[in-house]
Amino acid sequence: MIQNPTPSSPGTGGTLIQIEHLTKVYQLGEVDVHALRGVSVNVSKGEFVAIMGASGSGKSTFMNILGCLDKPTKGSYILEGIDVGKLSRDELAMIRNKKIGFVFQGFNLLSRTSALENVELPLFYGPTSNKVRKVKATEALERVGLGDRIHHYPNQLSGGQQQRVAIARSLVNDPSIILADEPTGNLDSRTSVEVMGIFQELNNNGITIILVTHEPDIAQFAKRHIVFRDGKIRADKVNSNPKIASEVIKDIPVIDEEEEAA
Amino acid sequence: MKILNIILSAFRALQRNKMRSFLTMLGIIIGVAAVIAMLAIGQGAEYSVKQQIAALGTNVLMVYPGAQQQAGVRSGAGSATTLTEDDALAISRECPAVQYISPGAFAGGQVIAGNLNWSTSIQGVGSDYLEIRQWLIEYGDFFTDQDIKAAAKVCILGKTVADNLFPDASPVDQTIRIRSVPFKVAGVLTKKGQNAMGQDQDDVILAPYTTVLRRLSHWPNLRFILVSATSLKDISAAQTQISELLRMRHKIQPYDADDFTIRNQTDLAATATATTQVLTILLASIASVSLLVGGIGIMNIMLVSVTERTREIGIRMSIGARSRDILTQFLIEALVLSLLGGITGIILGVVGSNVISSIAKWPTIITAFSIILSFGFSIAIGIFFGFYPARKAAMLNPIDALRYE
Repeated sequence: MIQNPTPSSPGTGGTLIQIEHLTKVYQLGEVDVHALRGVSVNVSKGEFVAIMGASGSGKSTFMNILGCLDKPTKGSYILEGIDVGKLSRDELAMIRNKKIGFVFQGFNLLSRTSALENVELPLFYGPTSNKVRKVKATEALERVGLGDRIHHYPNQLSGGQQQRVAIARSLVNDPSIILADEPTGNLDSRTSVEVMGIFQELNNNGITIILVTHEPDIAQFAKRHIVFRDGKIRADKVNSNPKIASEVIKDIPVIDEEEEAA
Repeated sequence: MKILNIILSAFRALQRNKMRSFLTMLGIIIGVAAVIAMLAIGQGAEYSVKQQIAALGTNVLMVYPGAQQQAGVRSGAGSATTLTEDDALAISRECPAVQYISPGAFAGGQVIAGNLNWSTSIQGVGSDYLEIRQWLIEYGDFFTDQDIKAAAKVCILGKTVADNLFPDASPVDQTIRIRSVPFKVAGVLTKKGQNAMGQDQDDVILAPYTTVLRRLSHWPNLRFILVSATSLKDISAAQTQISELLRMRHKIQPYDADDFTIRNQTDLAATATATTQVLTILLASIASVSLLVGGIGIMNIMLVSVTERTREIGIRMSIGARSRDILTQFLIEALVLSLLGGITGIILGVVGSNVISSIAKWPTIITAFSIILSFGFSIAIGIFFGFYPARKAAMLNPIDALRYE
């Protein structure tokens, strides 16, 4: 049914992720829940993949395993030549620190901690010196267009800005992949497109991005679509004509406060 | 994660809940302050007991007749016949380690001067008595060897007696009546205050021992002999010499027990010191219970904090914090709490001891030991009670922690 579904995709620069026959079984009391039932997929460097599917399709479980937050029950996951399934808890933490950047639906910033310090956080768990850390974090914030708000606290920033801080945090350690789990779920449509614009820009600069979403609109910005259902991949196809965020945004009217009040 | 950064972020985390952090620390503050204050009081008591015993003269030996002193209820009964004036003279003649010697006799009774009277004890002593007791005459003179030889009716008043019998006038050269026998007052002693047992040492009248034996107690033998060794290190030599001399003089067979008892102040000092040390330990143990309760407070708050910050822990783990990073973070937070509490407690304890000292007039002593002990205790409490919550945080599953609401 699934015969090596990896299509050739633009920006291929060698294999980054090799996943074979991945299964994940949760035990809920007496009942075994099969979240993943044999998933095989390859992702190359520089891809922009959207993972889609209804809730319960297994996409979140897949994402957790991809992000080294969870281990598969069976099957293998090789990330840049490393067999992740064989690593210890601490080694997984190191992989997450060095190779993976997370962006979450709920932003997951530390409150009462400035944007800069939030972005610095991954570097705290590595060998970076205090000085380099500050420089790198500032650069990452500038890259997402928040160079003028580095000392703001999350509660002083809009949702879109908070998500940008989160993206800057995921970038700061030069990861191999950025994993974005419903990154636009809490944002209005214009801000969503803005955020997707940032992802596209990062992707154009060679960063591999894997995006989990259930919104087809958002998936349209990715170059490849993988659809999950019932713990299996149902479709895996190249999006030959992805939307360009910087163009789409021109067609979305700015909703400002006066208009809302009127 | 570098240790300095962890400490900084621990401070910040604690600042976010100032009131809560303060209340948690309060447990440790009170505990440490109590331990410091109790140790200070105990050690102060120990010191003042030692001081008072030293004031008695540390190289002093007391020789008592018979076993009277050990079976206290029998004292005053008629068996104390073994120490004589000749024994005292022999000791002063034949024991080279003995510097001063004073035979001792004793009588109690009502003393009358004019229309005032006072009940006190009358000590019959020798001319070296003041040297042994390191006591001085405030005004007037001490009695002479001549007075002793003649069993003269002269006496020296202790300060308390002088104040009670002669509230307005100088007692020197006045006459007082002790059990109807008239005595001339030759001098008044300086104030010596209470002894280690709380007795007023100034409530006494001194008279030549010959006079007391012959005119007051009508008792042929001495009640005690007071001896001072030539130096502190000669005490045991003096004790041996006196013991051998008396055994010889009293014709005691080699396997028979002594018919006298020699006591020195060192024994008394050791007993009194041991007593106050027990007291110190008791006080400190009670105080350290509150330190323990303070530690439980820290554990409680750290558990609450771990639960509240589950999501933060998840975020940190997702971006690469290892279990040991999380463990260190929470352990350091607990440690900062207990250390801040400990330092504040030490300051409060020192201040408190001084306040107690000046209000209650108790001597207090704060030693480096008690400060180091409390400091060490608060570190130990931070680690001990912080470890369980920190471990709980470190063992969280990153996915569950991230989803925690």
